[in-house]
Amino acid sequence: MDLEALDIARWQFAITTVYHFLFVPITIGLSALVAGYQTAWLRTGNEQWLRMTKFLGKLFLINFALGVVTGIVQEFQFGMNWSDYSRFVGDVFGAPLAVEGLLAFFLESTFLGLWIFGWDRLPRALHASCMWLVHLGTLFSAYFILAANSFMQNPVGYDYNAETGRAELTDFVAVLTNKVQLVTFPHVILAAYMTAGAFVAGVALWHLVRGKGREGSEDRSMYRSGARVGAWVLLVAGLGVVISGDVQGKVMTEVQPMKMAAAEALYETEEPAAFSIFTIGTPDGTSEKFSVTIPNLLSFLATGELDGRVEGINPLREQYIETYGQDPGATYYTAGDYTPYIPLTYWSFRFMMGLGFAGMAGGLAVLWATRRGRAPTGGRWTWVAVGLPLMPLFANSFGWIFTEIGRQPWVVFGLMTTEQGVSPGTTTGEVLTSLVVLTALYGVLAAVELKLMLTYIAKGADPYVEPQLRDDDNDPDRPLAFAY
Amino acid sequence: MELTTVWFCLIAVLWVGYFALEGFDFGVGMLLPVLGREERERRVLINTIGPVWDGNEVWVLVAGGATFAAFPEWYATLFSGFYLPLLLILVALIVRGVAFEYRAKRDDAAWRARWDLAIFWGSLLPAVLWGVAFGNIVRGVPIDADLEYVGGFFNLLNPYALLGGLTTLLLFLTHGAMYVALKTDGPIRREARSLATRSGLAAALVAVVFLVWTQVDTGSVASGVLFVLAALALLTGVAAAGSGREGWAFLGTFLTIALAVAGLFAALFPDVMPTSLADGTSLTTTNAAATAYTLKIMTGVAVVFTPIVLVYQGWTYWVFRKRISVHHIPEAVLAGERPAGSR
Repeated sequence: MDLEALDIARWQFAITTVYHFLFVPITIGLSALVAGYQTAWLRTGNEQWLRMTKFLGKLFLINFALGVVTGIVQEFQFGMNWSDYSRFVGDVFGAPLAVEGLLAFFLESTFLGLWIFGWDRLPRALHASCMWLVHLGTLFSAYFILAANSFMQNPVGYDYNAETGRAELTDFVAVLTNKVQLVTFPHVILAAYMTAGAFVAGVALWHLVRGKGREGSEDRSMYRSGARVGAWVLLVAGLGVVISGDVQGKVMTEVQPMKMAAAEALYETEEPAAFSIFTIGTPDGTSEKFSVTIPNLLSFLATGELDGRVEGINPLREQYIETYGQDPGATYYTAGDYTPYIPLTYWSFRFMMGLGFAGMAGGLAVLWATRRGRAPTGGRWTWVAVGLPLMPLFANSFGWIFTEIGRQPWVVFGLMTTEQGVSPGTTTGEVLTSLVVLTALYGVLAAVELKLMLTYIAKGADPYVEPQLRDDDNDPDRPLAFAY
Repeated sequence: MELTTVWFCLIAVLWVGYFALEGFDFGVGMLLPVLGREERERRVLINTIGPVWDGNEVWVLVAGGATFAAFPEWYATLFSGFYLPLLLILVALIVRGVAFEYRAKRDDAAWRARWDLAIFWGSLLPAVLWGVAFGNIVRGVPIDADLEYVGGFFNLLNPYALLGGLTTLLLFLTHGAMYVALKTDGPIRREARSLATRSGLAAALVAVVFLVWTQVDTGSVASGVLFVLAALALLTGVAAAGSGREGWAFLGTFLTIALAVAGLFAALFPDVMPTSLADGTSLTTTNAAATAYTLKIMTGVAVVFTPIVLVYQGWTYWVFRKRISVHHIPEAVLAGERPAGSR
C-alpha cells in the first residue's frame, strides 16, 4: 500500500471519528438528564418534568439515530482500512470491543426501543428505568472503547510475541485498569455530562429569550428551571473535567512525554516551564513574534510542581530514537521522526481548554441571569443560547484530535506506527471511494439532522398528556401512545 | 472441545442470530412499497419492527467485534478484502437506520417518500450482499500465503455467490412477510400471508439449488443434515402459512434461516476463510485465532452475558407482542402542528 492510501485512510478515520463523537457525548449525557427528569416526574408528579422528559427525549432520539449508524462504521473500519493494525493488536484490542457490543450495544438498543414505544406498555417506574439502563449502556460502551484506546496510548497487560509478530493479551484486568484509562474515563464521561448540560441550558435559554418561554408565557418557569439545571450540570461536570484533565496531564507526561512537549511546542527542556496562552509566529520554536505566557504553569500541569522539569521535543526525540530505533522487535519499529505535527497539537490543546472554560463561563452567566426568580429576555442572550452548546461539543472534538495526533507517529505507542497498521492489500481507489462516499453521506445527514434538531427545539415541549397503560381487553383499538 | 472450536460455534451463533432476526426486518423494509400502498399501511409495517430493529442490528456488531477478538486474522482479511461490498452495506445500514427514526419527523409526503426509498434499498442491498459475502466465504476466495485477500472486487461476483445473494434475498423477503402476517391485522395480514406462501416457494426453489451446490462443493455430514432440516423447516413454514397458522409459519422461516446459516458454518469448519489459490493459505480456526488466554476471558464474558441479553431481548418481543393494524396508528403529531383540541 502506498503512502497516498495511508493518508486517505487517516483522513477517513479522522473525519468519521470526529463526526461520530459529535453525537456520542450528547447521547451519554442526555440519556442521564432525560432519565433524571423522568424520575423527578415519578417522584413529584410535577407535570413540567414529564413535559421536559418528552421534549428532551425527542431531541435525544434525533441525535441518537446518527450516533448509532455512524458507530457501525467505526466497528468496520478497523478491519477495512487498518487490517495490519487489527492483526497486530486484535488479541488485545478486539476483546474490549467485543465486550462493548455484548454488554453495551444490546443494552442501549433494546431498552431504548422499550422506552420509545413503551409509554403505554410498561408500568411507570419500569419505563423510567429503561432510560437509566440506556444510560448504563452508554457508560459501559464508553468504558470498554476507552480501555481499547488507552491501550493504544499506553500498552499494558500484553506480551510481544516475536514468532507471530503480534501483541498478545496476558492480563485483561491490567488492560481495563490501565492508568491512562482510569483518568480518561472520568474525563470523557464528565465532558459528556458537560456537553449535555450545555445543550439543555442552551435550548432552555433560547426558549426564554426567543421561544415558548418568553416573558409572560405560562412555560417561562419550566424553561427557566431547565436553563438552571443545564447550567448546574455544565458547571459541576466542568469542574470534574478540569480536575480529571489535570491528573490526566500528569499521567500523560509520564507515559507519553512527547505529547506534553508537543502540546506546548516546547522544543528544549525547561525547568521551570511556562505555558503560552497563544503564540503568533511559527510554532516550530525557531521564530516567535509574540506570545502571552504564564510562568511556571506548564511545569504545574505536567508535574504538579511549580518548578518541575518538562522535557522538550528535541531531547525526547533523541531518547525515542535511542529506545525504539534499535529495539529487537525491529519488524514493527522504524527509527525516524518521532515528533507529531506540532501546530495541530499546540492549537487543539488550547482550543480544547479554551472552549471548555468558555462553556463554563457561559454556564455561570446563565446561573447569574436566572438568579432568584429572574430570567433573561432577548438581545445578546440569543447568542449565548446558540453558542453555549457548541463550546463543550467542539472542545470534545479538539480533545480527541489532540490526544490522537499527539500520539503520532504511533498507532500503538512504542509498538506500531500508524503507517505499519494500514491495510496492505487495499487500493488507493477503494479507500478514496470510501472516503468520498462516507464524507458526502455524513455531510447530507448533518444538514438533515441539524434542520430537524432546530425544528424540534423551536417547537418546544408538548402539552402535558397523562401516560396511561393500555387496556387491551377493554379497549383493544386504542391508538398506540407512540408510533413512527 | 477446544476453545477455538467453541468460538467458531459462538460466532456462528451470532450470525445465526443476526440473520434470523434482522432477516425479517430487512424483509419488512423490502415489503414497504409492496404491502404498504397508503401511508397508514406503511406506518403499520414500520411500527411492527420499530421497537426491535435496532436490537436486531446489534447482532452483526457483536459478530464483528467477536470475530475481531477471537479470530483477528479472519476479521482483518475479511473486512479489508471484501472492502467495497462492506462499504455498500455500511451505507445501506446508515440510511436505513436514520430513515426509521427521521421518516415520521416531518409531515411532508416528499420527505417521507425519500425515506421510504432509503428503507427499501437499505434493506434490499444488505439482504443480497450478505448472501454474496457468505457465498464467497464458503466457496473460497484468493488468499495468498500472507493471509491477505488478493482477489479484487469483481472476483466476488461469481455465479455461486450471486445465487447465495438471491437466496438470502428471497428468504428474508419471505421471513419478513411471515413476520408481517404474524404482527398485523386486517387486509395487510391476509396479503402478507398470501405473499409469504408464494415467495416462500420461490425461496425454497432457489435455496435448494444453492444448498445442494454448497453441499456438493464443500459439504460435510453435519452441513448436509442441517441443510435438509432447513429445507424441511421452510416447507413446513410455507404450509403453515397456507393454512393460516402464522406463528408456526414464522417459526418455520426463522428455523430455516438459522439452520441454513448453521449449515454454511458447518460446511466451512475447520476453515474460516478457505483460499482458492493453489499456493495460498486458508484461514482456519487455528491459524486465525487469538491466544488461548483471550479466548478464555471472552468465553467467560460470553457465558455470563449472552443469556442475559437473550432474556431481555426476548422480553421486548413479549412486551410488544400485540398485533398492530391501521386503527392503532395515531395521527402524526408533527413539527409545528398539533391535533385540534389538544391545547
